[in-house]
Order: sequence, then C-alpha cells, then structure tokens
Amino acid sequence: MNILNGLAIILGCQLAGEVLVQLAGLPVPGPVVGMVLLLGGLIWFGAPPTGLRTVSETLLRYLALLFVPAGVGMMAHFQLIARDWLAISVALVVSTALTLIATMLALRAMLAMRQRRGRS
Amino acid sequence: MVTEELTDIWVYLATSPQLWLTMTLLVFLFSTWLNRRLGGSPALHPVLLSMGLLIGILLLTDTDYDTYFEGAQFIHFMLGPATVALAIPLYDHRRQIRDWLAPLLVAGITGTTVAALSAIAVGAVLGGSPASLMSLAPKSVTSPIAMGVAEQLGGLPSLTAALVLITGSLGCIMAPAIIRLMRIRDDAVKGFAMGLTAHGLGTAQAFSISATAGAFAGLGLSLAGLITAFLLPLLIAWMPVG
Repeated sequence: MNILNGLAIILGCQLAGEVLVQLAGLPVPGPVVGMVLLLGGLIWFGAPPTGLRTVSETLLRYLALLFVPAGVGMMAHFQLIARDWLAISVALVVSTALTLIATMLALRAMLAMRQRRGRS
Repeated sequence: MVTEELTDIWVYLATSPQLWLTMTLLVFLFSTWLNRRLGGSPALHPVLLSMGLLIGILLLTDTDYDTYFEGAQFIHFMLGPATVALAIPLYDHRRQIRDWLAPLLVAGITGTTVAALSAIAVGAVLGGSPASLMSLAPKSVTSPIAMGVAEQLGGLPSLTAALVLITGSLGCIMAPAIIRLMRIRDDAVKGFAMGLTAHGLGTAQAFSISATAGAFAGLGLSLAGLITAFLLPLLIAWMPVG
C-alpha cells in the first residue's frame, strides 16, 4: 500500500499543479508547480513517507527512458533541422561552454565574497 | 501461406499500442547495453542511441510518428510524475540550500540566463527560425521541465528533448577541460555548474568526481529547472525575437 500512497501523492500534486496553472493562467508547466507543491508539503509535514521516496527514486532512476518517445518525435522535424542545423549546432556548443564558465565564475565570486565578509 | 499470416499479424500489431510500447523498452535496454560495451561515453548516450535506432526502425517499416506514439505515450506520460518527484532530491538538500541560498541563487540565475540567451543569440545570428530558437532556449534544463517550457514558448517539445540530450553530452565532454582552464578546485562549484549546464548527464558525471560534486550537481539541476520554468517565459516575453 505504501507504494500506492506514494504514487497517489505524486499524481495528486501533478493534478493540483495542472489545475492551478489553468486557473491562474501561469506560464509554467503544470508538473513544475506540482513539484513546488510537493516540496512545500515536505517542508511543512517533514520527511517523505517511504512509499513516496520509493516511487520517486524509481522514476528518477529510469528518467532517461522517459525521454525516448518524445525524442523520437524529432523525426517529424527533419525539415526544420535540415534548414537550421548549423545555427542549432553552433548555438549548442557555444552556449554550453558559456553556461559552464558563467556559472562557475558567478558561484566562485559569490563564495569568495561571502568568505571575506565572514572574516571581517 | 506463412507470409500472409505474418502480414496479418503485422497489420494487427502495427495498429495496437502493445508493439511500440514494447519496442521502446527493448531498444532502450539494447542501447544501454551497447553504451556500456562501448565504454559508457556520454557522446553515445543510451537515449540518443535509442532515438536513432527507433527513428530508423519507424522509417524502415514506414510507420508514422502518431502510430508509434499510441504505444509510447504510456512511457511519455511518466515524465510529469518524474518532474514532481524532483522535489525529493531538492528536499534532501534543503540545509545546503538554506546555508548557501544567496550565492546559489545568484549563480543559478546567472547560469540559466546565459544558457538561454546565448543559445537564442547565437542561433538568431546564424539565421535560426523562431521555432528552433524557442526549442533551444530551455536546452540546459532537465528534459521533463525543458519540454514543458518549450511548449509554453512556442518551441517544439520533441526537438527540445533531443537538444537537451545533446547539450548534456556536450557538457560532459567540455566540463573537464573548462574546469582545468579556469583552475576550479572547489568540488561544490564544479558540480553545481555541471548540473546546471548538463542536467542529469552532468550530475551523473559529477558523482564520479566526488559525492559533494554530485550533491551540488543535483542542486544545480533542480535550481536550473525551477529558475528556467518561472523566469524564462517572462524573459522571452520581453524579447524581440519571440
């Protein structure tokens, strides 16, 4: 029954998220709001029940498989990819490198600043 | 006639969800095995292999995507619950988040903004169409969130799914060199940047550096997802390219 409880909590949060997004007209995917609701619930009520943890860890362990059906949908966009392949590939390489550099610079600078303030 | 019977079975199976549901699972298992045999390289990630193989099979059997999706939708549906489940690792890291809240938020917002804007800018300069640009914008974020965001922005969720995976592989390939060039010693910084840039694939690789790097990568992944989901639609609304 534990597993079913966990599944019910997750689906319940997802459903509540979808309803909230529709009602409030939020520009955010419903499941993301569901994630925020679940996080709020966990902080409010304390540690997650074992069933919820089991279901979540199973879902996240096999996360890679869940992308496959949507990824195969790329076959419907071959024309777009044929047109934009250069823009897409250069953008991916440049942006991935810049993101790594910017994130490390920002976090390193912020941590150094905090440390200096902590010492004085 | 045996061939006639086989054709009948094929015609029956090809229209039932059973066939493509099972095929997706089998091809994924095969790809995972193949990736391990080839040394586990992120450039040949099981998801990328599976996508290539399945597209090949669908083209060879002259099956359209809608027929395939009839079966595969049962796997696809689980992306929503998986997104909700990301709350658990976020909850597990709540103390670290509270202690480092300001630095992590500043670095997280900087990183996700650079990720989205640089991709859109480079893509736009090279003449990418709006649909491509909006599919590129959320590419650093874990797929279930990225696909939802792409849909909100007017991108193509399935193209985004592929771009997210390629970004993950690229991040894993580039991270070690960039870390060396920038002389980063703090494992927390390495991990956070890898999780933020290369989501699940980066997180998996960060765990091979150290447990600290892995934990912060998980944090980077979750924060990037949240920040992108809430800020990117607002950011794009202000931009002229949308």
